Amino acid sequence: MGVRPAMIAIDQVTFGYSPESPIFESFTWSVEAGEAWCVLGPSGCGKTTLLYLLAGLRRPISGDVRVDGESLRRPRPRTGLVLQDYGLMPWATVWENIALGLRVRGFYGPDGRHAPRDEALVETQSRVDTWLDRMDLRSVSGNYPAQISGGQRQRTAISRTLALRPDLLLMDEPFASLDAPTREDLQELTLQLRAESGLTLILVTHTLEEAAFLGRKILLLGRPPTRRALVVDNPRAGTAGYRRSEAYASMCRELRERLGALV
Amino acid sequence: MSRRSVLLAAVVLIVAWQVLALLVGRPILPGPVEVLVTFAREIPGDLGLHALVSLWRVLASMALAVALAVPAGLVLGQSHRLNRLFSPLVYLLLPVPKVVLVPIVLLFFGIGELPKILIIFLILFFQILVLVRDQAAGLRPELIDSVRSLGAGRRALFRFVYLPASLPAILTALRQSIGTALAVLYVAELFATKLGLGYYIFLNGSTMFDYPKMYAGVVAMSLLGLGLYFAVDGIHHRVCRWQYAAPSAGG
Repeated sequence: MGVRPAMIAIDQVTFGYSPESPIFESFTWSVEAGEAWCVLGPSGCGKTTLLYLLAGLRRPISGDVRVDGESLRRPRPRTGLVLQDYGLMPWATVWENIALGLRVRGFYGPDGRHAPRDEALVETQSRVDTWLDRMDLRSVSGNYPAQISGGQRQRTAISRTLALRPDLLLMDEPFASLDAPTREDLQELTLQLRAESGLTLILVTHTLEEAAFLGRKILLLGRPPTRRALVVDNPRAGTAGYRRSEAYASMCRELRERLGALV
Repeated sequence: MSRRSVLLAAVVLIVAWQVLALLVGRPILPGPVEVLVTFAREIPGDLGLHALVSLWRVLASMALAVALAVPAGLVLGQSHRLNRLFSPLVYLLLPVPKVVLVPIVLLFFGIGELPKILIIFLILFFQILVLVRDQAAGLRPELIDSVRSLGAGRRALFRFVYLPASLPAILTALRQSIGTALAVLYVAELFATKLGLGYYIFLNGSTMFDYPKMYAGVVAMSLLGLGLYFAVDGIHHRVCRWQYAAPSAGG
């Protein structure tokens, strides 16, 4: 029996926007398929940069970023990305925004480069409708992004990404601009969706409570350059009632102390 | 602005014209009734033909300007390097009043349709270029990144992001330039042609001394401008519905 390659293997990666001040230096980190990770750190620590490297939107100066066994050269069709400010197109309705990824795939066809090779040309209408219902967006499907709430916008962005059936979901501060109840709803929803699909989740956040709640494993980043992956195990994350348990509170304390020591 | 208030404004203008015509009391300012009767009589004949020629020239210039300025604007908007190279040139050429180029264009391209179309094209080209370029450059990088992460390459980005994002800029540029375009068309049609509303107005005013016909030509030119303006505005409302959608509180 062959050993399944890690979902993500970052091998000796060096990256920076200018050569004098690298953000990552010979950085090595790996993630197994199906894991739920949070990347936690203060602003400027390079957590968004890490996500962009994983998304194939930035290329390392040296070293190798492998996703599902293949070195990244460009965005990979089975990787989904959700950003803080939604990345929705203001000129398109909720329906059209959710359909965008499927349309892009239809535009190129299953060429293995822009869309997975094994994907039959997709039934856009029914897939979008499924997500409208699943995410409770049916009533606003004809609205434009400016006409809906922040929570609805983020649900639209998540639907757009999940409609493409990714096996790796990258989220960059996805709930940072939402009010607390909406944020907690969407955190729960993210856990549910992950459990349903078994995808690998990497969520970047600057709030340690969010990391403690969502991440079975937490990667801590401090002041750059980062050379070593500092990982905290959080095995009970995502289980029922965890948010109100003593274990959760002590995890938050631990994260606070370790972050404090880093910065 | 309601349809009724626009209609009311038109009535006010016509009444003012009538009053002025009575006050002046000379053939160089015929009243609106006489002019509109002449207009109605002439439009199925000569005047209609000249109007169609002018319309064709404007539409051809618009099509040419959109076809060339939109890709150029999108390229400049996406590439900082090219934009740095070309923006001083655009900066110098944009404010040059294109109407002074009429004699030069005529010298080089002579009589016929090409010089007239070319001169309007020049006006529209720079307006559209600048607006489309700024629109494309102003697109948030997060938006581009998130669409790229959905698998979009250069062609899909153009089709699904840059093109829809620049539509409002194209239509705004067209709408803003219609007045100037027609003014320059009028000047261009004074030279080296026997067709077009400019020629018709000039011929009847300065050679035939047929003032009602001259005024009918002026009315035709005005209606051409209005019609084009309303048409572009209508298209804008249709294809950029999101810009007019009322922001609602959401759920």
